[in-house]
Amino acid sequence: MHQQPHEILDGVVRSSRAKLVAFLAAGSGDLAAAEDALSEAFATALVAWPKDGCPANPEAWLLTVARRKLIDAVRRQREIASSEELEELATSMTADPEHGFPDQRLALLFACAHPAIDPVARAPLMLQAVLGLDAAQIANAFLVSPAAMAQRLVRAKIKIRDTRIPFRVPDRDELPERLDTVLNAIYACYAEGWSEAAGADPVRMELAAEAIFMGRLLAELIPDEPEAWGLLALMLFAEARRPARRNAAGEFVPLMQQNCTQWDGQMIAEAEAALRRASGAGVIGRFQLEAAIQSAHTDGLLRGRVEWSAILRLYDALVQLTRSPVAEINRAMVLAEVDGPQAGLYALDWVRTDKRVNEYQPYWAVRANLLARAGKSDEARHAYGIAIGLEREPAVRSYLQQLCEKLRD
Amino acid sequence: MQYLLTLYSDESGWERMTPEQQKQGVAAYQGYSEALKSAGVYVGSNRLRPSSTATTLRATEGKTQVLDGPFVDSKEKLGGYYLIDVPDLDAALSWAGRCPGVQHGTVEVRAIWSM
Repeated sequence: MHQQPHEILDGVVRSSRAKLVAFLAAGSGDLAAAEDALSEAFATALVAWPKDGCPANPEAWLLTVARRKLIDAVRRQREIASSEELEELATSMTADPEHGFPDQRLALLFACAHPAIDPVARAPLMLQAVLGLDAAQIANAFLVSPAAMAQRLVRAKIKIRDTRIPFRVPDRDELPERLDTVLNAIYACYAEGWSEAAGADPVRMELAAEAIFMGRLLAELIPDEPEAWGLLALMLFAEARRPARRNAAGEFVPLMQQNCTQWDGQMIAEAEAALRRASGAGVIGRFQLEAAIQSAHTDGLLRGRVEWSAILRLYDALVQLTRSPVAEINRAMVLAEVDGPQAGLYALDWVRTDKRVNEYQPYWAVRANLLARAGKSDEARHAYGIAIGLEREPAVRSYLQQLCEKLRD
Repeated sequence: MQYLLTLYSDESGWERMTPEQQKQGVAAYQGYSEALKSAGVYVGSNRLRPSSTATTLRATEGKTQVLDGPFVDSKEKLGGYYLIDVPDLDAALSWAGRCPGVQHGTVEVRAIWSM
């Protein structure tokens, strides 16, 4: 079928945007200017292609135009830019577009998640640079005002340019630490997309898909890093269960009561493959452990028999590795399955020494659940009350209300 | 690109040190300066007199006021600086991380606005 010029352009934007931005940004050190130049090149193409016909190599055409726009912009912006500086800029982006150009997407991800960038700006910056989402879309997904998000993004990009944050993949010795910030930023995107009720908000559902896209990209670019595969596996396990998180009436369905036939089998298979690939490296990490826990749950529910003691061992390792109160709360819930609710409650008392959990809904929901099972209805009712007060998602709130009402006196 | 590393610390820490410890402290900074010089990234550095000797100026209603004391009244005071010339922020952060000031205070890294 013959494609229209704008269809070809759409295709190139989808497949090559990140690569083009990464190359231009790495060459100039200026992410904002790279994005602007590329947008101008897209606009130019929209006019030129229908008139003159599509170029044989659309990607190369766009790169050539964008590079020229970028150099023009730098010339205008730095009135005093020396001719050497401009020449240096031009050579730094010299590539023979016809024969492809270096893939700097990994360097772009590391720049966006650089430790010198405000942590709350990292995930939005990646979404914008890699996927081209605008500030308003990202603001919507992260529940902040568009103006605040735009300001956050602008500030981060100015910092990249003015303090010369490099676009490069860190050396072997600093890679683990730097990779952590990239993985966390991608996971933050996913978590934002996951928290919303299924189908309620397309932007946020898309966010989860975009996070998985970046996770796949990262794993493919650094296939030797087990945590990149671990993160991908973790996101895929969660995503595979998305259709079962709500029943037909839109009500929240907890994991243990989900209808497994609604899970996405193909996605689970991909998750298992990613996890196997990660464990092949023989280096354990936070995301691999979390993915392994998801795998054990998924597998157990599909076979109708959950191996709680195996899951508890995974949580033990996770708690030891991360010292995260969130992991400890989940571990308490699993411990209750193995040794009874009272054991889980003791574990929770220990978690409470970290004051932050007082404002964390899952802590109170788990506590309420365990208190109810231990026969302490009054205390359970109190804990459910706090959990309900802390929850922002209506479907989860009404689920907790139902549990609270079912408590026997 | 040039970066300014400003060193902040609690001044009473220095006063509490024994003469021997103070000597070691000075030697650590000398060693750091030498390392910067031999790497060819050193531009300049200075240690400042205590903040109790600082004088601050600001204009109020068009009239310049001279005030005794430092600009920011915090526990950690500006005590010195290094000016270095390195290719990018990672290189600057890597040098800043080796600065003895990180061990007993805070080091702020700022890119220089080249004119």
